[in-house]
This record gives sequence, C-alpha cells and structure tokens, in this order.
Amino acid sequence: MAMVGTEIERLIKEAFPDAHVVVVDLAGDGDHYAARITSEAFKGKNRVQQHQMVYDALQGNMGGALHALALQTSAPK
Amino acid sequence: MSERTNNRIKEIIGNNDVVLFMKGVPAAPQCGFSAAVVQVLSQLHVPFTSVNVLEELDIREGIKAFSNWPTIPQLYVKGEFVGGCDIVREMFQAGELTTLLSEKGIAVAAA
Repeated sequence: MAMVGTEIERLIKEAFPDAHVVVVDLAGDGDHYAARITSEAFKGKNRVQQHQMVYDALQGNMGGALHALALQTSAPK
Repeated sequence: MSERTNNRIKEIIGNNDVVLFMKGVPAAPQCGFSAAVVQVLSQLHVPFTSVNVLEELDIREGIKAFSNWPTIPQLYVKGEFVGGCDIVREMFQAGELTTLLSEKGIAVAAA
C-alpha cells in the first residue's frame, strides 16, 4: 500500500500551485518520504497549521497509504 | 469518536503538563518517530506522561480526530497540541521547544 513520490508531488502542487516541492524517497521502498515545501500559502500560519494544510492536500493518504512523510514547510523569504 | 474517548483525551491532556501519545513506552518505543520525540524530551530532562496508543485503540483513532492530525506521535503541552515528530525535532533544534516549555512554566535542562 505504498505511494509513489510523483503522486505525492502532484497532490501537493494541485493544492499549492505556487509551491516549490522537493520529495525524497528516504528508504527507496516507496513508503518513507521526506518533502520540503515552500509556498506563499504558508505565510502567517504556524507549523501545525502548515502541516495540516499539506495533510489535507494529500487527501487522507497520510497515515494510510503513506506511512512516513517527514515534512518541512515554509513560506518564501 | 465516542464522547467517552473525547472526554478521556481531554482529561489526560488537562491533568498532565506534558503528554506524549506514542507507539510503545518511553523505554521501548515501537516506532522510530515515537523514539525520536522521547529522545528530545529526555535530552531536555522534561518529565512527561506517555500514552501507548498500541494498547489503547480508542485513543489511537480518537487522538487523530481530536487534533486533526493523521499520525502518531503527538505531543501536548498544557493541553495544547504542539506537533508530531518533525515539528518537535525542528523546534528542539531551533531552541523553540525550550522556550515554549519555559513560557508554560515547565522546568527544562539547558540543551
């Protein structure tokens, strides 16, 4: 029940069209990813809110098909 | 989530200053992400209460709905959701976790 990295990137880009997204497959097993996302949408939001926005964008896959996604979010400086 | 589970969660985070919902117990975490948060709290010498969600299935699902957060571990300080593993680690590295705990009146050892 894994998820491919390109699909993660697609869902994030769909929700945050301006985003700069880097997805890394940490273990090479299609199940442990890290994503670094920069978007204007994160401006004025705290970290919890930013991560919640990303989880929303992943449409329920987080914690399900996607076991591990280490997130780093920020607004462009 | 049932009313009962919701009330239990509120009671746990209301009665304890620092609560970690995790997989396993601090001495034997069952997941690397839970282990990472335990390690941060131990480094800061922060006393905390832990809830092993692997033994409390109601809470395992309930806490995700409670905080609108899809994963475990989850850290709460004085009833407030702080974040999961990534956020806790990031805040620790930036020194923000120490600041937050101090502001909430919880003694921490200098990192």
